Amino acid sequence: MSTLRPSTSELDLDRPNIEDYLPSGSIPEPHGKLRLRDLLDISPTLTEAAGAIVDDSFTRCFKSIPPEPWNWNIYLFPLWCMGVLVRYLILFPLRVIVLTLGWLIFLSCYIPVHVLLKGNDKLRKKLERVLVELICSFFVASWTGVVKYHGPRPSIRPKQVFVANHTSMIDFIILEQMTAFAVIMQKHPGWVGLLQSTILESVGCIWFNRSEAKDREIVARKLREHVEGADNNPLLIFPEGTCVNNHYTVMFKKGAFELGATVCPVAIKYNKIFVDAFWNSRKQSFTMHLLQLMTSWAVVCDVWYLEPQNLRPGETPIEFAERVRDIISVRAGLKKVPWDGYLKYSRPSPKHRERKQQGFAESMLRRLEER
Amino acid sequence: MGNASSMLTQYDIEEVQEHCNNLFSQQEIVSLYQRFCQLDRNAKGFISADEFLSVPEFAMNPLSQRLLKMVEGLNFKDFVAFLSAFSAKASPPQKIELIFRVYDSDCNGKVAFNDMIQVLQDLSGSFMSDQQREEVLTQLLREAGYTKESTFLLSDFIKIFDHADPKMEVEVPVD
Repeated sequence: MSTLRPSTSELDLDRPNIEDYLPSGSIPEPHGKLRLRDLLDISPTLTEAAGAIVDDSFTRCFKSIPPEPWNWNIYLFPLWCMGVLVRYLILFPLRVIVLTLGWLIFLSCYIPVHVLLKGNDKLRKKLERVLVELICSFFVASWTGVVKYHGPRPSIRPKQVFVANHTSMIDFIILEQMTAFAVIMQKHPGWVGLLQSTILESVGCIWFNRSEAKDREIVARKLREHVEGADNNPLLIFPEGTCVNNHYTVMFKKGAFELGATVCPVAIKYNKIFVDAFWNSRKQSFTMHLLQLMTSWAVVCDVWYLEPQNLRPGETPIEFAERVRDIISVRAGLKKVPWDGYLKYSRPSPKHRERKQQGFAESMLRRLEER
Repeated sequence: MGNASSMLTQYDIEEVQEHCNNLFSQQEIVSLYQRFCQLDRNAKGFISADEFLSVPEFAMNPLSQRLLKMVEGLNFKDFVAFLSAFSAKASPPQKIELIFRVYDSDCNGKVAFNDMIQVLQDLSGSFMSDQQREEVLTQLLREAGYTKESTFLLSDFIKIFDHADPKMEVEVPVD
């Protein structure tokens, strides 16, 4: 069975199958003679529903961790106040200057390179790569990013895909300052969208709209073309498809795992000692998120470039995706949950309910025959 | 931590406890309040149907639509009262009463053949035909000594369940 070949349909970026992940038979199967009481006893279903109301593993993935203020006693309080003053009145303006400077340098180099070097594609590409890495370093500096990179740096090679867990858009900036990755990302509105469609497009980034089915097909095609290209920038995919709070990992979309390319896992773990790097896009805009980072002491994080993985013989892309998710989760100390992150934007498909209904109906009918 | 919980005073908690017949401990009520605030995204004081459905595990439940009618728009006190049937301390009749209320969709205190068929329909969807459902239910009713025309009161339900303890326990996570 050659599972290496991408599936016949379009590359299925976001139609994963929760059934493949969920443990089956969550309700213990009763046996014996069916009585009226058994039919009327809907307690297992009710218990499941109440359990979900009281606590559920899905919403936990997207819960921001409230900051723990340490200004709780009279000695610490003045210190804390001074900290606030330093952060907002000294650090923040300094960082704004650094970022502005970065942009000035970047734009004054990027525009000439982009316009003047039209003939010399190879050199232009190389310079643009360096410049994008540069501006990302400025971004990281603007929140005093203390990033430790572990493992060998990525190299440019065809037929490889980098996949990482996703906490915030700054993941991308942190990875990009070391290597000019071409990234697959959701199209964003506002100034981020403008950057996406101008500068980042030049490093080969691919944008799509989560909700557009047509976009998905185009992305799938572009992905395959990109992976084949020899001197394209290495491809970076966040297969969760949405930001998770860095305590959990949600299901990996299988798109990245059925390209027939080597998958290089990257694990990112933020230290929340100064600031929670989780971008809760429901609650704040990316600008507010950046401001929050820029007024904190520092963003501390670890990045691990892990052992490249290949599809094993007989392994399906989903199993492969789960194996890679395992590797990343273990390294970054994240808990795995069997949820599709896109459920943040849509309701679960009726087929999950139908599966439960089928189980119920079959059990009832069988017990009826048993008598 | 605990911004939400600090808004509940000892008096509030005791009041809620009284409202749910002391089936939850104070800590459990604090946890439930945090959860309530989390689901009630814009702090309206109640949880809307849409917010309940944003929990996928709930949205997938075959009885979710029916339960929604019971829980949407409840304030915190009634929310806890609803959940109290799932407390480990709730007695079998309290649990059976909740089951009865799920069946009694028009809240007239009586459950008829039709109510039972509707719940059965929610539970089995397209995997049983209308005819199968009616046959099964009619047969079981007959065996238990009832007919299609019988209507059931809560006391009948308690008798049918024969003091068996429905397994309905949900643990409230307490940190």
